Amino acid sequence: MKPAPFKYVLASSLDHALALKAEHGDEARFLAGGQSLIPAMNFRLARPSVLIDINALTRLSGIDRPEAGQVRVGALTRYRALERDGEFLRSCPLFADALPHIAHPQVRNRGTIGGNLSHADPASELPALAIAMQARMRIRSAAGERTVAASDFFAGLLTTDLASDEMLVDITYPVLAPRSGACFMEIARRRGDFAIAGVAAVVTLDEERRCASVRLALCGVGETPVDAGAAALPMIGSRLTGDAVEAVAAGVRDLIAPSGNVHASPDYQRHVAGVLVQRAIRTAHQRISHAA
Amino acid sequence: MQPDHHEIELTVNGTRYRRTVESRLLLSDFLRHELGLAGTHVGCEHGVCGACTILLDGDPVRSCLMLAVQANGHALATVEGLAPASGELHPVQQAMHAHHGLQCGYCTPGILMTMTAYLNEHPSPSEDEVREALSGNLCRCTGYQNIVDAMMDAAARMREEAP
Ligand SMILES: Cc1cc2nc3c(=O)[nH]c(=O)nc-3n(C[C@H](O)[C@H](O)[C@H](O)COP(=O)(O)OP(=O)(O)OC[C@H]3O[C@@H](n4cnc5c(N)ncnc54)[C@H](O)[C@@H]3O)c2cc1C
Ligand code: FES
Ligand code: FES
Repeated sequence: MKPAPFKYVLASSLDHALALKAEHGDEARFLAGGQSLIPAMNFRLARPSVLIDINALTRLSGIDRPEAGQVRVGALTRYRALERDGEFLRSCPLFADALPHIAHPQVRNRGTIGGNLSHADPASELPALAIAMQARMRIRSAAGERTVAASDFFAGLLTTDLASDEMLVDITYPVLAPRSGACFMEIARRRGDFAIAGVAAVVTLDEERRCASVRLALCGVGETPVDAGAAALPMIGSRLTGDAVEAVAAGVRDLIAPSGNVHASPDYQRHVAGVLVQRAIRTAHQRISHAA
Repeated sequence: MQPDHHEIELTVNGTRYRRTVESRLLLSDFLRHELGLAGTHVGCEHGVCGACTILLDGDPVRSCLMLAVQANGHALATVEGLAPASGELHPVQQAMHAHHGLQCGYCTPGILMTMTAYLNEHPSPSEDEVREALSGNLCRCTGYQNIVDAMMDAAARMREEAP
């Protein structure tokens, strides 16, 4: 047997799952897609004593539109369902770019958006998307409910704002605004691997086609996804030129502090991040011109 | 801790099984050790190599990243169920044979399961799309070219056979 012993409970309702988590706290883990948790248990890096399987909670999965301009994705929605929902991908085009970079089809058939964000791997694509898109996370516990902005959700390496009795239940994303374009790009050593660096960019123009806002978030270059919007501030109010984009890339290189890994030195990560920032902003910008 | 046991019922390749499993038993080990279906191979046990790929309700998944208890109530397919009858081969198997798409064969069951599901859904893939579909299955012997050739051929064979 690879994993250490544990007690397995198939949760029959959300309240059941939350009551179990309230009872067992950090000793218990929710089991969603299992594509990060089971490997960690196979290596015995994780040894939960209680596993609360939430896969039967079908109401936690699916995509809906609570209000105009918003898309809400249930935590148990699998990557596969997102990848195949053309309307969702059109409303939130960063996902169309990012999902194919997540692991392989066999892993995407199981992995869930809620498991991904709760796991909070800084090299993962989706935390960076949540930051770039200014998503809001709805969190439940047996005691109640609260909503947290993505910018307050990712607290550190593999650490989120979730307390030991809480579950992420859904994520609300604003749909792409008019006169906007989006692009996600990454470099990984092999297809499907975690990114050496990845960049999500959303560019919005005003009526005179000057930059009204530029959202920028990176993965793989810090302990959390990095909000690099500040580096793009000088571009606001002016037209997007090559020089301006290069200046933003230089700003991002200064802003990040990657730690390096077996595949890339910190300098290389910084370099790649700068190149990707330029390409992602240009592509996002081109995509607006095409749509308008 | 007391061993935690659960009764499960599932079908594998159309056969119904009922077993009692410990909660920490991986689905890959359940198939191999409890059901004797050792065609599902185990390489890395952390989701990277693809040797353990099976179909869960028709979709390829890593059997090393699921617990046996999670398969309760589901229909699985493994490489043992691929050939239509004893002595015959599925078109994907035939093509792998014809194109020398395997050497040691360790990766082969996972590749067959991944690609039969893929080709059912995408009957006319390009070579690039086949490579992308294969990206979750590692092969240390062949260098992939013969596998890609086999899959292009298998797609053609399956299109011919389709009604
Ligand atoms: C070979 C391989 C390659 C991969 N490559 C990538 C990649 O390139 N990019 C990438 O982003 N990911 C990658 N992954 C990880 C994958 O995306 C996982 O699916 C994801 O990280 C976790 O989602 P899950 O649903 O599988 O969660 P699980 O593994 O079930 O859970 C992960 C953690 O989150 C907790 N959790 C789950 N759901 C909730 C919830 N609703 N509320 C609170 N806590 C919860 C669990 O208790 C656990 O601690 C890869 C995985 C493999 C095996
Ligand atoms: S053994 Fe399951 S992916 Fe390698
Ligand atoms: S044939 Fe040996 S690993 Fe693929």
